[in-house]
Amino acid sequence: MSLDASPELPNSLPRPTGEFDRLRAVWERPKGWRVLTQVNNTAIGLWYIGAALLFLVLGGILALIMRTQLAVPGNNLVDADLYNQLFTMHGSVMMFLFAVPVVEAIGILLLPAMQGARDLPFPRLSAYAFWAYFVGGLVFFTTIFFDLAPDGGWFMYPPLTSYEFSPGLRTDFWLLGIGFIEISAIAGAIEIVVGILRTRPPGMTLDKMPIYLWAMLIVGAMIIFGFPPVILATALLELERAFHWPFFLAERGGDPLLWQHLFWLFGHPDVYIIFLPAAGLVSMMVATMAQVPLIGYRWIVVAMLATGTISFALWVHHMFATGMPHLSLSFFSAASMAVAIPAGLQVFSWIATLWRGDVQRATPTYFLLGFFGVFVLGGLTGVMLAVVPYDWQAHDTYFVVAHLHYVLIGGMLFPVFAGIYYWAPMISGRRLSERMGKWACAIMFIGVNLTFFPMHIAGLLGMPRRVWTYADGYGLEPYNLLSTVGAFVFAAGISIVLLDLMLHFRPAGKVDTNPWNAGTLEWLPQDEYAIRSVPLVGSREPLWDRASLRKEVDEGQHYLPGTMTGGRETIVTSAIDARPEYLLRLPGSSWLPVLAGVGTAVFFLALTVKWMIVAITGALVALGSILMWLWDSDPAPSGQLFDVGGGLSLPDYMSGSRSHSWWSMVVLMLVDGSIFACLIFSFLYLWTVTLSGFPPESLDMPLVGSSVAAVVAWLVVAGALFAANRALGGSRCRGVSIALLVALMGTWLAFAASLHALTGTNLRPQLHGYASTAYTMVAWQGLHAVLLTLMIGFTVARLSLGMIDSVRRNVFDNTRIMSYYCAAQGIVALVVMHSPRLAL
Amino acid sequence: MRPPHPASALDPASGSGAELIDQLGTALYVGGGLIFLVVMVLVTCAVLTKGRPVNARYWILGGGLAFPAFTLTVLLMYSLAVGNGLNAIGSSGALQLFLDCFGLGDARARAPVDDVLEIHVVGKQWWWEVRYDRPGKGGAVVLANELRMPTNQAVELVLSTTDVIHSFWAPSLAGKVDMIPGRTTRLRLQTSEAGTFRALCAEYCGGQHALMALFVVTQHGDDFEAWLAHQQTSVVEPVDPFLKVGYDAFFRGECHSCHTVRGTPANGVAGPDLTHVGGRKSLAAGTLNNHIGTMAGWIAGAQDVKPGNKMPSSLAYSGVELRALSAWLGSLQ
Repeated sequence: MSLDASPELPNSLPRPTGEFDRLRAVWERPKGWRVLTQVNNTAIGLWYIGAALLFLVLGGILALIMRTQLAVPGNNLVDADLYNQLFTMHGSVMMFLFAVPVVEAIGILLLPAMQGARDLPFPRLSAYAFWAYFVGGLVFFTTIFFDLAPDGGWFMYPPLTSYEFSPGLRTDFWLLGIGFIEISAIAGAIEIVVGILRTRPPGMTLDKMPIYLWAMLIVGAMIIFGFPPVILATALLELERAFHWPFFLAERGGDPLLWQHLFWLFGHPDVYIIFLPAAGLVSMMVATMAQVPLIGYRWIVVAMLATGTISFALWVHHMFATGMPHLSLSFFSAASMAVAIPAGLQVFSWIATLWRGDVQRATPTYFLLGFFGVFVLGGLTGVMLAVVPYDWQAHDTYFVVAHLHYVLIGGMLFPVFAGIYYWAPMISGRRLSERMGKWACAIMFIGVNLTFFPMHIAGLLGMPRRVWTYADGYGLEPYNLLSTVGAFVFAAGISIVLLDLMLHFRPAGKVDTNPWNAGTLEWLPQDEYAIRSVPLVGSREPLWDRASLRKEVDEGQHYLPGTMTGGRETIVTSAIDARPEYLLRLPGSSWLPVLAGVGTAVFFLALTVKWMIVAITGALVALGSILMWLWDSDPAPSGQLFDVGGGLSLPDYMSGSRSHSWWSMVVLMLVDGSIFACLIFSFLYLWTVTLSGFPPESLDMPLVGSSVAAVVAWLVVAGALFAANRALGGSRCRGVSIALLVALMGTWLAFAASLHALTGTNLRPQLHGYASTAYTMVAWQGLHAVLLTLMIGFTVARLSLGMIDSVRRNVFDNTRIMSYYCAAQGIVALVVMHSPRLAL
Repeated sequence: MRPPHPASALDPASGSGAELIDQLGTALYVGGGLIFLVVMVLVTCAVLTKGRPVNARYWILGGGLAFPAFTLTVLLMYSLAVGNGLNAIGSSGALQLFLDCFGLGDARARAPVDDVLEIHVVGKQWWWEVRYDRPGKGGAVVLANELRMPTNQAVELVLSTTDVIHSFWAPSLAGKVDMIPGRTTRLRLQTSEAGTFRALCAEYCGGQHALMALFVVTQHGDDFEAWLAHQQTSVVEPVDPFLKVGYDAFFRGECHSCHTVRGTPANGVAGPDLTHVGGRKSLAAGTLNNHIGTMAGWIAGAQDVKPGNKMPSSLAYSGVELRALSAWLGSLQ
């Protein structure tokens, strides 16, 4: 399937009259207040980036206050109490409200264009993720004005953050505030992963994907497995704070180090979740600026896969000083050094590409040079920190502060700013100011080195992190003063970029420009409907290989030149070799994602301050909105085949493992399963570290009879779904409903029996780490029983209205997947709970 | 005698673990610096030159794969050897031993424990309790925010905490080790140099984490033994009338409910043992130099000097009482 082989384009000219107008009409953006109801990823992506930049500024202001406080020893601009809130908020805002959102936002903006899709598969999910993040993030930030901001550090180590040493609301704001960010990040990851795998243009096989797609695919997978540990950790700490269930309290069978394991099992992959997308951007820009294809494409893909994998095996290098045996540390030291190899491999690929090409002298290039300088230095200090004995000195000092800022600013901020200058013309039709860009780049480069290089030395001279003041006479004064001056220089550089954006960036409707002569699809002529027609892709740089492609696409000579079904739609292709499979009908503008997002944020924040009525209202609004949007997310198949051109006829419906619905459900189950796996890890971890018995002899084991009953009930659930599936295949809808209701009863019986296995003994969750983790496993089943009730109710309602049959069955299939998952999870939980019997 | 910086990893005490880490650090700075320069030269040339042919395999597999893999392997072996050496401080041959420890075995297990002087350090928000258990030598010595150890002898700090996580870090002497609730951790110290070094809490431990320092005084063996013997002596009620005013004020102000002064009825345990407070280098965990003026200021303004700490500001004393109390405490050398 290659364009060169057939001289005929999929569609011929002239195009029928009215085709273009209908296409434009269905994709037209709402006006006035209704502009907020947009769900199009390109629009949401821009807002998302804008919001992330706002949080960059807010987090940066906090940093400037801190640097001013530390300019001289013994300063009293802020006191310890406020300073501790400032550094906690600075870290939390930069990591959770800027770094992770901005890389997801850039993905949401760039991916549809880069893969020639009209949109990604779940636009309302992206809109929801944005609104929950934006509203929730802003309210979270305002806690700093009410003396309510968290003060336990962005890493929130218990027992400092548990109920005894941090009473009050501050820590709860962090724990629940991070809750909606986690939901938002995972929603974004599902959109990105399923979008990359299923909405690529025909012919864009995996090995022809722009390297950025690889980066985001790997990052999406990393979010799916990397965020669950922190989701579980925050839930456990909140349970400990609210109900005194011991997970991290050593005196009652918990362990403070459990938190550190869970947190860094998230925290370290998180660094690469931030870096890999930026590395993907660098790969794209390096190739274009050098005007040659990227050298070592396959090596870079392997390197990114390796980085993603190894990043889950390094978390203990944040814990080298916890007194673990040197032998265990050695393993993590080796892994930490090993992760430098794929990074080095990418750096050398980029240098080789630049070497081969004739490099354009423009602002993106300068920011890329800044990236090389800052990131390579940060990478080298990272290797130093991987050396265990050296880390014993450098850990928790300003040396680490310097290192992490070099890595994050070099590895993410410089590439993102290069990207702003590089991709701004794609949205606004013209470049930003070259002059301002160059100045900003130079000032930022000087600023970042002036701020952070002296910190290496301050750290080695004995300056720990997270100190609100330091004593004079220890040689720290000049280095701190330099850092403070540098911070303001750096801020000035960033201000110039923001000013440039304000002066020169105006999103345009129709954009037809390729200012850097790039080779990838995002530089096809764009409008609100994305591209006029979807090309067949035969190489990694289609625009370089076929000079006429931009014109052909814009004239509608390629696939899907109009709207086939009369609404928004995009082509779904197979995951590996990108063969077209069906037309995905996309939703239009809607208030529902806005309401759901705001409702979610309100729920978490009101729960923090225990405004229960407000919280419940928020939850109901969110839940109602989501159910309403789900109601029309499985539209009836028309039964027709639609000719998208080139003899290609596609249906407008797909069920089973070829549907985007199935893929997203599977991804969601991976997230769910990862959270549960982290809970099992917590249980087993506490078992191994508890010397006084797990559970101690004074406590019973769960009841065997009730546990067996629960296992039987879960098997009934699975059996009922099996029967329901058979009944649906035979179009016996009443039978399906009855089987589903049996499954529902089985679920609640299983939950009740599991709960009774614990409550029927002397186990109480406050008593010991064994009991708290066992009760949490059962509570987790309870949460799933609620979800399953909603899903089964939803499915039965649709069945009774004739909205589910043997063809139109995505809703049923998702309920089925969830039910099987719940049954398996419930049985595993019971087995794990009883596993300490083996040791008796 | 002592080099100017008492708390610098770049200026380690001679014969200490920090010295070994500093040598490792020098190798890292030189190696890292060279790699950085080479990469920067390559990037610059790559941008300045036009359309040069490039052998991708040579660049990517040579520069990106083989070179880092080789360098990092060598570095890993070196660092494991240093790590084992640090854990083996106090075993035969002391620091030189590290070269023999290229294997992965736990060197600490082989260290003969008898040679090692154990000192217990307990982290608290926001100060340090230091305890010498001296079985058969007249009972334990407890002091605060100051640790003394003999030169040329391996010392093992037994680290624990009564509240949150802290971390003991004396940059001139050794790396840091955390103090974690429910666990005891250990850190070996040794130096041939007599002097005063500063240690700090390196793990964020809440409000006044920044004001949690401790002085480590290293002394020749005889001086150390003399100091320790003196620390074991108890306090007798003062005869000087002015000091007696201070002594009475101490009990009238309920100071004894939190502080112990051995030899008097004061036996509180919430705050630092004050038996020999007058002889210490600092007050409030390295926050104030120790003299009669800062002592008075600390008693009357503990919440102003270090807001949020557990010692209340004692505002009920008259000026005379405050001076007398400070003088009495200062006399507890």
